[in-house]
Amino acid sequence: MTATAPLLAIEDLTVEFATRRGTVRAIEQVSLSITRGETLGVVGESGSGKSVSAYSVLQILDRAGRIAQGSIQFSGMRLDQASERTLLDIRGREISMIFQNPRAALNPIKPVGRQIEDVLLQHTLAARSNVRNEAIKALKAVRIADPEQRYHAYPFELSGGMCQRVVIAIALACRPQLLIADEPTTGLDVTTQKAVMELVVELTHERRMASILITHDLGLAAAYCDRIVVMEQGKIVESAQVSTLFQAPQHPYTQRLLRATPRLDSRIRDLLPEPRPAPVFPPHGPPLLEVRDLVREFPARGQTSAVRAVDSISFTVHQGESLGLVGESGCGKSTTSAMLMRLLDTSSGQILFKGEDIAAVPAARFARHPLRGKLQMVFQDPTDSLNPRWTAERSIADPLLRLSNLSRRQRRLRVQELAERVGLPLNLLGRFPHQLSGGQKSRVGIARAIALDPDLVVLDEPTAALDVSVQAVVLNLLADLRADLGMSYLFITHDLNVVRLICDRVMVMQAGVILEHGSTEQVLSRPEQAYTRTLLAAIPHPPPVQV
Amino acid sequence: MPLPLPQRLRAIGYRLLQAVPVIFGIIVITFLLTRALPGDPAVYFAGPAADERSIAEIRAQLGLDRPLPVQFWHYLGDLARGDLGTSISTGQPVIHELMTRLPASLELTLAALLFAVLVAVPLGILAATRPDTWVDHLCRFIVTAGVSLPTFFTGLLLVYIFYFLLGWAPPPMGRLDILYLSPERVTGFYLIDAVIAGEYAVWRSAAAHLVLPALTLGLFTLAPIARMTRAAMLQILASDFIRTARAAGLTRRKILIAYAFRNALLPVITTLGMVFSFALGANVLVEKVFAWPGIGSYAVEALVVSDYAAVQGFVLAMALLFVMLNLVIDLTYTLIDPRVRLGD
Repeated sequence: MTATAPLLAIEDLTVEFATRRGTVRAIEQVSLSITRGETLGVVGESGSGKSVSAYSVLQILDRAGRIAQGSIQFSGMRLDQASERTLLDIRGREISMIFQNPRAALNPIKPVGRQIEDVLLQHTLAARSNVRNEAIKALKAVRIADPEQRYHAYPFELSGGMCQRVVIAIALACRPQLLIADEPTTGLDVTTQKAVMELVVELTHERRMASILITHDLGLAAAYCDRIVVMEQGKIVESAQVSTLFQAPQHPYTQRLLRATPRLDSRIRDLLPEPRPAPVFPPHGPPLLEVRDLVREFPARGQTSAVRAVDSISFTVHQGESLGLVGESGCGKSTTSAMLMRLLDTSSGQILFKGEDIAAVPAARFARHPLRGKLQMVFQDPTDSLNPRWTAERSIADPLLRLSNLSRRQRRLRVQELAERVGLPLNLLGRFPHQLSGGQKSRVGIARAIALDPDLVVLDEPTAALDVSVQAVVLNLLADLRADLGMSYLFITHDLNVVRLICDRVMVMQAGVILEHGSTEQVLSRPEQAYTRTLLAAIPHPPPVQV
Repeated sequence: MPLPLPQRLRAIGYRLLQAVPVIFGIIVITFLLTRALPGDPAVYFAGPAADERSIAEIRAQLGLDRPLPVQFWHYLGDLARGDLGTSISTGQPVIHELMTRLPASLELTLAALLFAVLVAVPLGILAATRPDTWVDHLCRFIVTAGVSLPTFFTGLLLVYIFYFLLGWAPPPMGRLDILYLSPERVTGFYLIDAVIAGEYAVWRSAAAHLVLPALTLGLFTLAPIARMTRAAMLQILASDFIRTARAAGLTRRKILIAYAFRNALLPVITTLGMVFSFALGANVLVEKVFAWPGIGSYAVEALVVSDYAAVQGFVLAMALLFVMLNLVIDLTYTLIDPRVRLGD
């Protein structure tokens, strides 16, 4: 029957990349198909080949990449054999793509409306005379308020969510039959993620399009896809309907992935492939950090009054406690952490650390303060937060060099002890960041932070850039370290599922104010504020499974 | 979105105001540096047969016997009246010499840059679209050759080939054939003044005289422009929005020109500004080879004989030129990139 003939059929596709160290197979023998009106999820961790598969459909691989084998059929046409001229007509008109990091996906120096026009004109779906109206219509279709004004906006003047809407408008302007979404919501806030995904689903349904959602997030795939394909190291390891996949995952990798994805009822040890006894935390001690009426103002352009990025917040972290700080981008959580770390001066308020008001010490002079070593930070991006020209050993030793009087030999021993502590193999200590994996780099960052036996560690989205299976291991490591060393954590994140696993108490921040504050259990199960409920509702949850 | 016009003018005014302390600093430093130079202008001016008394007389005449602060104060007063002093070696007012010689140098430098941009930018784009192919290697060879050969050598080589062997070029003697009078002075640029005066033959002669020196200087400046174009294009072509444009089915041409090159323009323009400044300094040799009556040879001659007024005038003129140049570059930025704003 023609009704069930697939719109896109990939068979035995192998893509190779020519690299300095010879040919590397990015994907091997990948076969998948999708019918009209269907949404297919392609799930896998970094390096699994999911993006390469998508790029080969449109033949927009890097120069070094090449289809070595297999076929790609789209409505009866062999795309892998098509000429560049044919492909130009297919791209954007029959098959479109949207990407992660929407702001970078748009031309920074061209008004967004004009970028939509370029596509419309290219595919002759509008003439010069009416193209502007058509572009404004396309902006309207993706629910951009005030499209006539936004037509003239540049990407840097729009929020991340708005930029993604523009990217969607470009992709759907020519009414293609297939939409490929490559991690479309990575880096966006949960509420924005929900809005963007719902928009995509609605528009694709309305136009009876097929779509492929490429993601690392099983929860997201479960919420929006009909069928899921799991990829590992360039191969498809499992392909099933969503319900089947979650009820009875067949392949060990799928099982591992499902386990590592935090869900509503999971505890921290559930994420690991092998069961381990739950960490035992020492009882909480006296208050370690007391923040009182902390304010930070920034002068605002074109306004007489300053903007309050942090507006009179107060909270306490006890010895041995883990406190979560949750909020969406722009809520003031990074400003708060920068003030706590004394990287940024406060406008007013007190920061009592071990009873001393460190807010009184100017940020520029805090590096020499005796309490500096007791306050450490783990940063969001494990790559960017390491000096690319330092070995792992040098990076871990950095705080020891600056703030301790250890001899060279003692330093060496201490670094080795720290590496063992965070599970970094000793033979990796001589490597540079680019020679380490994401998980290994984040271990280096953690080892560096605990080198001076700090009392408080501020963790700023420490797992946001990691794959789920690596995130599972790092979260467990953090829990173990806290149990063994009795440190306190201030855990800053936008991911409420992670908060559930690792925090005793949690604060929800919005527009510089702490809206809600309480035990993790209470805030996440019985939220009092509407905003917290919105946040919780926006998280896609994978269906419960028995693994 | 671009600033409204009055705000933009205010931003420009503010930028010019910021240049005032810089220029004052330059006045002080050149004044002190020229005084620190070895050599005594009074001795030079008095001639080889002079005795102690006549040198002292001349020194008093030139005002060089007074203490430095007093000399500086007088110098400032002269500057305020637009008087840059008189050159002791030529006997002409410095301002007059600068006004005739600076346009000659600018005309040469701008023509050289125009040639360099027309050659180097397409070369850079070509190299970036085909990295590590023979095209790329050829481009690298051409620009490396251009920058490695000293300008006096390239200049002499071109003169030898095109004047001596082929006879296509006029003799390398200044800006015009001796048959012609220079066109009536409006801008000081002969090519422009000749058009204004409607003298076609003069224009031809001026253009013919300009070609070889401009080529010589242009070849020397190819390398930085081509290298920067290539690097900027490579970086932009690897960015996310180029991938979006490709996925949307835009043609290669559209992507290269409208998307990639316009974004790559910013670093290229910055490089152009730097190249312009070093070319203006580097054309002394070119001016010597082609007997070009430019500002570079004037300054070098003045420096050799400790001609204070001429050296100071030259440095001041260059400083003002660079302040203007930087302003023009910043203004160009704001036209290309909406994210850049003047006065922020």
